[in-house]
Amino acid sequence: MHDELICRCEEVSREEIEKAIEDGAVTANEVKRFTRAGMGLCQGRTCRRLVERILSEKTGIPLSEIQPSTYRQPVRPVRSDLIREHNKNKSEGELNDE
Amino acid sequence: MIQTELAIVGAGPAGLSAAIEARRAGADVLLIDENSRPGGQLFKQIHKFFGSRAHKAGTRGMNIGTQLLKESEELGIRTCLKGEVCGIEDGQNLWVVIDRNRSEIVKAKKIILATGATENAVAFPGWDLPGVMGAGAAQTMINVNRVLPGKKVLMLGSGNVGVIVSYQLLQAGADVVAVLEAAPRLGGYGVHTAKVARAGVPFYVSHTVKQAFGTDHVEAVEIVELDGSFNQIPGTERILEADTICLATGLTPLTELAWLAGCEFKYIPALGGHLPIHDDRMHTTKENVFVAGDITGIEEASTAMEEGRLAGINAAAELGYINEEEARIRSEEIWDSLNCLRSGYFGQKRRESKDLMLHTGNEVIQWKIH
Repeated sequence: MHDELICRCEEVSREEIEKAIEDGAVTANEVKRFTRAGMGLCQGRTCRRLVERILSEKTGIPLSEIQPSTYRQPVRPVRSDLIREHNKNKSEGELNDE
Repeated sequence: MIQTELAIVGAGPAGLSAAIEARRAGADVLLIDENSRPGGQLFKQIHKFFGSRAHKAGTRGMNIGTQLLKESEELGIRTCLKGEVCGIEDGQNLWVVIDRNRSEIVKAKKIILATGATENAVAFPGWDLPGVMGAGAAQTMINVNRVLPGKKVLMLGSGNVGVIVSYQLLQAGADVVAVLEAAPRLGGYGVHTAKVARAGVPFYVSHTVKQAFGTDHVEAVEIVELDGSFNQIPGTERILEADTICLATGLTPLTELAWLAGCEFKYIPALGGHLPIHDDRMHTTKENVFVAGDITGIEEASTAMEEGRLAGINAAAELGYINEEEARIRSEEIWDSLNCLRSGYFGQKRRESKDLMLHTGNEVIQWKIH
């Protein structure tokens, strides 16, 4: 039988996520930090809701009370030199504003 | 740096409609979309839309797309294609990566987020095998790219997306081995469901996928019956031969940019989960940021277009291109139309959820902005 992967980008299985919750993770952010689920290329776009559901099932916290894990830019996979370019653009923009 | 009065993220039905209204009023508009072609999901909608004639019912989605593109071209709307908005900084600076190759900052006075939605995943052992995909992805493959995703398709989910895509897969030459529905009854419109049933496709209610088998591709699927609490019933498993599994299990609004902008959210499960709070002008809790379409809750292209118009008109009003009174009257007309779209057996629940959002939005946002 195949493993049941939850986060495909970081290859985190259901078992690993359940283990993290057993070890004390009670928020989506904690599951993310414990396991790296949602920290890959798609930034949790696919697994985010699956993780939230497992968390709700395992802890009994209703889905409505589970805060989504923090969103950070870039929300799309980008080359690292483009991040550098963006930071340069930003500081130039600030200089122009002054 | 690119400067504009109004930046719209997403050139689907909501974004295009917003751009058309705002540009028509005189605003300088920049429409940004990550795809190489505008239109969002409209060009894969080869079926006729439902509703009243005023809402373009009886027209095929792709023809609505062509019409919107023609209007936006005639108005000379600036469009940035292959533009991925990677972030929002300081409330109104968009970080855009163009063609995966260039970083740009777009400085906008107003922003409309019309980013749409993404398909929900269902996890089961083997779901990461090639051959498992969203039903919407399969629809893009057959109707836009003219590529058959597989020969024997199992559809998980009997809602409108599930049955419409099943029928279109049959038309494209695939065999649909079964449509599975976890709930005890089917979810789609009768017209679409009946077409698939007449073609001889078996429907299994209270069933789901237990696991997929295959080495480098889906080769077979084990399905299982579910009890009233959606637990798998041991001993009811059976194996179906399939090379493709399509997941038609709902959509989630694409809200990342609204979170990054600092919008406040409200959880409304009937509309797809956490949603940016907005008022009846489609304004969020964040100054200068509007929303429209599926990002505000999962609905249909017809409602997305009307919400886009609302956002476009009210953003143009804030920019001074439409006076407040006119914006109010035109918004009211659009709300009448939206309420009409959100009626009947399938629409009522959405109407109630939207009313809940508006109630919150009008309360929270009035004192913040006015």
